[in-house]
Parts: sequence; C-alpha cells; structure tokens
Amino acid sequence: MSESNRPKRTILVCCGTGCLANHSLKIYHKLKELITKAGVDVAVETYIKTTGCNGLCEKGPIVKITPDDIAYFKVKESDVEEIFEKTILQGEVINRLLYLDSVTGKRFKSHKENDFYKRQMKIALRNIGEIDPADIFDYIERGGYESLKKALFTMTPESIIEEVVKSGLRGRGGAGFPTGRKWKQCAGYNNYPKYVLCNGDEGDPGAFMDRSIMEGDPHSIIEGMAICAYALGSNTGFAYIRDEYALAVKNMSNAINKAKEAKFLGENILGSGFNFDIQIVRGGGAFVCGESTALMSSIEGKVGEPRAKYIRSVEKGLWGQPTVLNNVETWANIPVIIEKGGEWYSGIGAPKSTGTKVFSLVGKIRNTGLVEVPMGIALRELIFDIGGGITAGRKFKAVQTGGPSGGCIPESLLDLNVDFDSLTKAGSMMGSGGMIVMDERTCMVDVARYYLNFLAEESCGKCLPCREGIKRMLEILNSICAGKGLAGDIELLQEICATVSEASLCALGKSAPNPVVTTIHYFEDEYLAHIRDKRCPAGVCKELTTYYIDPENCKGCGLCLKNCPAGAVSGQPKSWHSIDQKLCIKCGNCIDNCKFHAVKIR
Amino acid sequence: MTVEKNSQRILSYTRDVMAGYPREQRFTLAMLQDIQKKYKYIPRESLEQLSDHLGVPLSKLYSIATFYKALSLQPKGDHVIRVCDGTACHIRSSMVIVDELAKILMIKPGETTSDGKFSLETVNCLGSCAMAPAMVIDETYYGKVTPSRTREILNEYGGVDCE
Repeated sequence: MSESNRPKRTILVCCGTGCLANHSLKIYHKLKELITKAGVDVAVETYIKTTGCNGLCEKGPIVKITPDDIAYFKVKESDVEEIFEKTILQGEVINRLLYLDSVTGKRFKSHKENDFYKRQMKIALRNIGEIDPADIFDYIERGGYESLKKALFTMTPESIIEEVVKSGLRGRGGAGFPTGRKWKQCAGYNNYPKYVLCNGDEGDPGAFMDRSIMEGDPHSIIEGMAICAYALGSNTGFAYIRDEYALAVKNMSNAINKAKEAKFLGENILGSGFNFDIQIVRGGGAFVCGESTALMSSIEGKVGEPRAKYIRSVEKGLWGQPTVLNNVETWANIPVIIEKGGEWYSGIGAPKSTGTKVFSLVGKIRNTGLVEVPMGIALRELIFDIGGGITAGRKFKAVQTGGPSGGCIPESLLDLNVDFDSLTKAGSMMGSGGMIVMDERTCMVDVARYYLNFLAEESCGKCLPCREGIKRMLEILNSICAGKGLAGDIELLQEICATVSEASLCALGKSAPNPVVTTIHYFEDEYLAHIRDKRCPAGVCKELTTYYIDPENCKGCGLCLKNCPAGAVSGQPKSWHSIDQKLCIKCGNCIDNCKFHAVKIR
Repeated sequence: MTVEKNSQRILSYTRDVMAGYPREQRFTLAMLQDIQKKYKYIPRESLEQLSDHLGVPLSKLYSIATFYKALSLQPKGDHVIRVCDGTACHIRSSMVIVDELAKILMIKPGETTSDGKFSLETVNCLGSCAMAPAMVIDETYYGKVTPSRTREILNEYGGVDCE
C-alpha cells in the first residue's frame, strides 16, 4: 500500500461464542463500514479483525484497540459511531466503555490492569484474542511455526521427547497422565503407521476452553501435533471435534488448509522430507467418546464404546496401531515448551503439576469466563479475586470441578491449592478445568442427581456396573428429591458407589460416583434435611419447597409480582405481598428478584 | 405420488452424500451427519442405501444412528428449541425454563408439537455459560432466559396455535 508509512492501528473485535451471541459481528461490520468509508481520511491506517474468545464473556462484547492498548467492554451497536468518531479519528478514550471495577469504582484503560486479567499467565491461550484465527500470518507474526522449524531442523526425535518429559506437562483432558511419558512409550514401539490424535470432543458441561482454543488459535494445535508426529515418525493425524462446535470445525479445517499451503503440513514439510497430514473427524454428540478408546472406535466408524485397556493405546490404538492421543489444551502448550525449553516450563506452577491451566469459571460467579493461571493457585484467589466472588451478594457454598466425573468442594477447603493431586485428594479431580461455582440457592442433592442423570444418559451400556448402577442411584436420588427418601438411602447409595467405581470398565463409570460421594461427604446435612425433615434448604426441589413472603422484610416493591410467570403473587404497591400456593409453580423467580430478602423458603 | 417423489429425492441426496466420501466404514458417521443436517433426521431409505453401499449390516448402522445424540431417527419440527441444561445453566434454573416451555407447547423434551412447528430438546452444554440459562432456537441464541420471557420468544416464531 502506498500509504504504508502512516502509523498503524488495529481494532480487535472479540467473536468468541459469548460475544457473538451478544451481536459482536454486527459491531464488527458496522465499524468496518465506517472505516472503509472514511478511507485515507483517517490519519492512522486502521485494520479491523475478528478474534477468538477473550475470556471475560460476562462483560462482552469486547473491542480492543492496539497499539493504544484500549479495551472496551459491553459494547453495543449504538456505541460504534462514538468509538469511530472519538477513538479512531481523534485517539480519545471513551471512559464509560472501559472496564469498571465494581468494588473501587475505578476504570482501566488497558484490560491487562484489571483484576480479572492481571493475575493470569497465558501460555495455552497466548494468542487468543490477539490474532485473527483465519489468518495464518497473524500466527506466524507472533512466532508461530518457529517451534516446528526448530524441531525439524535442530532437534532429534529423542531430544524433542526429552524436552516434553522435562517440562512435566500432564494431560489437560482430565486424568493428568504425563505427556512426555506417553510419547516416549509410543516412540518405543517399532510398528508403523503410528497415529497422532487430538481430542476435541469437549463434553464436560461448563467447560469451554478447548472450544476457545480451536476457534481462536487453531494453528497452535496443528503445530503441537506436527512436532509430536515428527518425534514419533507418524504421518497421519486426526482431530476429533465435537459436532456441536460448528465454528471450531470451520476454523480448524481452514487452518489445516492454510498450513498445507504454507508447507507446515503435507508432503515434505518445509523441505525436511517429513510428511504429516491432519484430517478432521466430527464427533456425534456422545460424551463417552471423550474417553480415549471410545474416541478411537468412533474414528474407525463404529459405535463409540470403550474397551478394556489391558493393552494401552500407545501400543495398540487406532486400527490396532501405536497411537498418541492428547487433549486440545495439551497440544497448544507444546510449541511453547519446544521454544522455551522443558526446564522453563517446569519452573511454572506446582512441583508435580507444572505449567498453567485454563479454567472456565461459571455458575453463580460474577465474572463468568475463561482464565489461565499457574497451577497451584488457591481456589479462593481463583473464585474471589479473579472471578469477582458470588453473584447477587449471596454466600458461597461449593465449587464443582472435573465435570460429571468430578466432585464438589466445600467452603472449608477454599484455601486448597489447585493442582492434579490436591483435587484428587479432596475427592474431586482436575478434569478439563470446568469450575462451577454454587451458592446457597444450589441444592447439593439436586446437583448429584443432575450429574447422575447426565451419566445415565451418556453411559454407553456396555458394562453392567455403570449401566445399572448409575440408573439405580438416579432412582434413589429422584425419590429423595421428590420427598420420598427413606432412612438407609444414604448408606445404600454409598454401597452402590463403591461397586460402580470398582467394577466399571472405563473412566466414565469408575468416576461416576464422585458427585454422589463428595456431596454426601461434605453436605450430609442437606441429604438428611431432604430425607428426614422433607425440606430442601436451597429451595430447588419443587416437591419440598414452599416459598412465602415475610411481612417484616417486604417493602411492597412489586418485583416478585412483576416477575412471577404464574400470577401467584398478589399485593398492592408499598404493602405486603403474598404468594398463592395453589398457583405457585416454584420457579424461584420471586426469591431471585427480591432485593430485601423478604421471600423465604419453608 | 408425492411420497414416492420425496423418497426418490432422499435416495438421490443420499447418493450425492456417499459420492463425497471414499467407500470406507470410517466415513459412516460423517455421511450420516450430512444426511441429518439436510433432513433433520435419518430417513429409513438412507440407512438402507448406506448399508448396501458400505457393506455394513443395517443393524450396525441402526446401532450407530441410535448411539450418537447428533443423529435422530424421528423427524424434527420446523423450529428446534434447544434449552441448555449444562451445569451452569442447571444451577441457574434451566429446568424451570424447560418446564415452562413444555407447558406452553404441551410436549415433553424430545417431542415435537402435533402441528410440526416446534421440537423441544435439552442439550448438555452450549458453552455459553456467561448467559446462563441459555437456549437456542434453530441458530439464534437467547441468554438469561426467564420463565416469563419464554412465551414472548416463541412469538417471534409465530407462537403456538394449539391452545
């Protein structure tokens, strides 16, 4: 371009799922239109890009402007003209769109200064929000594919594996198996072809880090897989991606094509003589396919049932050949480990859980979003300092980690340092990093029931303990929640839990009792309230809940009346309102909307 | 006859799908997904045709079609309502939304209204936890849904006649 000596400025519009749902694409198009129309009249050469998820979904859509280092949050379509007039044309900052710290009332120009971002350390998410995932040159500009070059031309397969072993990296998909050891074992089998797989079948409800990486920085996964393939002598890779993640499938496919054009994939990569290609397989919406052997069976075009692992996949995996399967987030870490060295990586985090981990903070938490922090961070810091604490000023009750196979951690353990081993010790697990924060309005019996219902549906049915055991436990929990719990139910649940975890074939069944075991362990009172007193203290289980309005606290503001979908609330403005129990559908809208704690649970 | 014509159209589309992939068992799921996308379910004709083409017994294909949640053997309504019941949505009362929709539409999750207009489903997680409870109708996302907003949202799709 002739005007390339003008200073440059780039506008980054977040197009992660959360922001997209809040119409960020409209903001992008409108900004683009204004910039194109103004053309060379703008003193600064302005580029506009869509990026992957910036993490702070709660405050989206997010628009960032570089190199000015301005970040605008909760941008609306109606703000676009002002952003163009003031910030783009005149370089002015619009104060009201900056991040607002709700405690201090301070606003921050750069997103890096606020509590949500400043405590984070981004390795796996290093490029997300900074690059256009559709543009391979954005990735290259930030050092992308340099690690692949380094691996191909300056390292031997053994030294690559050695670096990964040294890094201490453990699988980010859940179980935390040491990645380097997995590679080393697979490299030890002299049986070809070998396969390199990416597990993008993210199924844990409440976890969306893998989606975010596949959508926002697909090349980091491709580069990680290519490095591993070179170390193992594999020529074929598969990326198994959840079909519900349409944008992830699209961005990964596009990235693979671009990488082929640029010779980072395909025949004779960068002239090294090494061949490697990746194909995408779309998942079919079965949770169990996140299990390694079920995933391989699904790639082979069969029903995704797991098999007993007398022989591990590193020896006989996909089509009976040696296979390395790693999770999306694990792959995204590899290029950085090769670039900076295993020793550097192992210096971050906790001794036996090195590096960083991406967590999704969701549920009754103020700053819902994705964060990446060093392993070993205290739960309290994660939830209260970064996550901003509990919504609506309510009290923290528990945090659920590890998805349906994980457990609930109570308030007394808030100072726990989060790593693979400490979570397991607390009865939960790391899982993929979903953290669901629960408050006093969450019923722990209902949570246990929720996960069992999920697992009962997702159990593939191959082995009996999982298929029948989960179903039987669900029946018991259903009856407890319906007010028909019996004395002895807790003991019976515990007995079935022990059998299911002992005798199931795969990790789905083995870990299925965790939600029940931990909720009974930490919240037995709540079970007893349901069984003995026929009460649901959180006011969730409909059959056990009666809402009433306390005349002492009621100010007659009418918010409950306005929000009641059943017309069960009546009362005159500024006087006590009451609930007609016959009409009440027990949705809890009244209690959630009352600002004076006047709605109570009997 | 229209039924015959329709059936022929299905067969011809299935042929096109099959032609797009190598004739190997490992592409079974991908082919079924393409058919599902087009018809919102897997017609019996397609399944039989695929069985011949791949040399895989019909029973095997049936087991695949019933195993994967993304595939359905039942036709869906014009608008598919998916209420997220991921954990974040669940603890923000997504089941209240499901109950409310079920009441208005007079169907249970997994069913389609008698006029073929709406199907109601629950899904495990849409990854949109910041806007919990969330739901999607066709491709449009609705966040922070309340029971009182559900009827209003349905009205955008022509509302419910069967009342």
